[in-house]
Amino acid sequence: MDLGILAWGDTGWGDELARGVLTTVAIASAAYLVGAALGTLLAAMKLSGTPAMNVPAAVYTTTMRGIPEMLVIYLVFFGGGALSSWIASSVLGIHDRVDLPSFAVGVVCIALSVAAYACEVIRGAVLAVPGGQIEAAEAVGMTRSQRNRLVVAPQAFRMALPGMTNVWQFALKDTALVSIIGVTEVMRTASIGSDATKQPFTFYFAALVIFIVIAYLSQRLFVRLQASADRGVRWGS
Amino acid sequence: MGFLDHFAFIAEALAHLSVGIPRTILLAVASLLIGFVLAIGVAAALLSQAFLPRWIANGYVYIFRSSPLLVQIFLIYYGSGQFRSLFESLGLWGLFREAWFCAILALALNTCAYQAVLIAGGLRAVPWGQIEAAQAVGMSRCRVFVTVAFPQALRHALPAYSNEVVLMIKATALASTITILEITGLAKQMASETYRPFEVFAAAGLVYIALNGAVAAGFTRGERFLRRNVAQRT
Repeated sequence: MDLGILAWGDTGWGDELARGVLTTVAIASAAYLVGAALGTLLAAMKLSGTPAMNVPAAVYTTTMRGIPEMLVIYLVFFGGGALSSWIASSVLGIHDRVDLPSFAVGVVCIALSVAAYACEVIRGAVLAVPGGQIEAAEAVGMTRSQRNRLVVAPQAFRMALPGMTNVWQFALKDTALVSIIGVTEVMRTASIGSDATKQPFTFYFAALVIFIVIAYLSQRLFVRLQASADRGVRWGS
Repeated sequence: MGFLDHFAFIAEALAHLSVGIPRTILLAVASLLIGFVLAIGVAAALLSQAFLPRWIANGYVYIFRSSPLLVQIFLIYYGSGQFRSLFESLGLWGLFREAWFCAILALALNTCAYQAVLIAGGLRAVPWGQIEAAQAVGMSRCRVFVTVAFPQALRHALPAYSNEVVLMIKATALASTITILEITGLAKQMASETYRPFEVFAAAGLVYIALNGAVAAGFTRGERFLRRNVAQRT
């Protein structure tokens, strides 16, 4: 195994891989934020108690959690492309083939799956806020929005964090899948490198190490976030 | 193209993709079973008092849980090619050249890491009094594990297991990236032959939802069966 091919600069693939890392982190972060927002919305729908809100949210999460993420990417990228081409030709009269931007599709697809998992985490966290807290908020005359904003949300955030840390790890690992639609993140860069140098093990092993390092560093960030969310909590009282 | 035509084509796609169902199930079942057997050993190592086995098991679990399965599959399938002469001298090249072998190996090693954590969690949840009681009646360590600790650990782990089985069925889709024509592989092939990706991939989605729905229903029954001797809280 020749590690020289992973060097920085024109002779090695170090800088290409580093650029891949930036893309991977960008996709994962964007998808995570969008997915968390969408997941919060879905959780609110599930908690609303009205079937008109409840049922669509339940159908969405069950569907997304039952279909392979890779299939979702194919469906949105190729299916969406075909659909856009069809709309373009039949409605707008443009007969060129429409190709969807792969980076955006990657972010959207991972966000869609993050939303399904985040929904369950956030719903559980909201339900875990003690009922007495809500009664107390009502007793001091808070409005519904004040109660949600000042009492429920900060506590639910703290309780959702462990689960949302797992969801982040999911999102990070899922970014490898967008390599199949040509986004040059870590995995795709490794594939290109291994094709060019005929050193597949070196490159995929490098990709493995890179993912583990990103996972480790981001884990530490979440530990810090948890510590800050837990400040003021008296354990065991 | 009429509206009904879309449904007719989806029905056609479903029929074509159904060929892949046994392959998807084979990939999932084989890797889940191999992973399960390995996971018992890894779980025991995770709970071991000795430093070295615990350290190795923790490292293994960490590596496989924090890297993408796609990387693991490519590392085994394509990566092994870099050491072809070594594998040939060991007589293993015939195996590593085979996509099916590499897919099942990668899936099994991956699920093993997740299952080990589940089983270890289940074992931790077994009340210590149960183990002491078993020892008190003179059972050997091995017998305590097999007849007392392990069955209870499985019962604790079962709800999470249904999740792991569903995740594995989804994970088998990645085998399509190394030429295996299971449901997703067939769908990809059919989509590029017919130029109708939307209907084909939607049909594939329906097949996965049906499969995973069946798994979830099966596990609900299994849980009820395993709890048949547990006192009901009223």
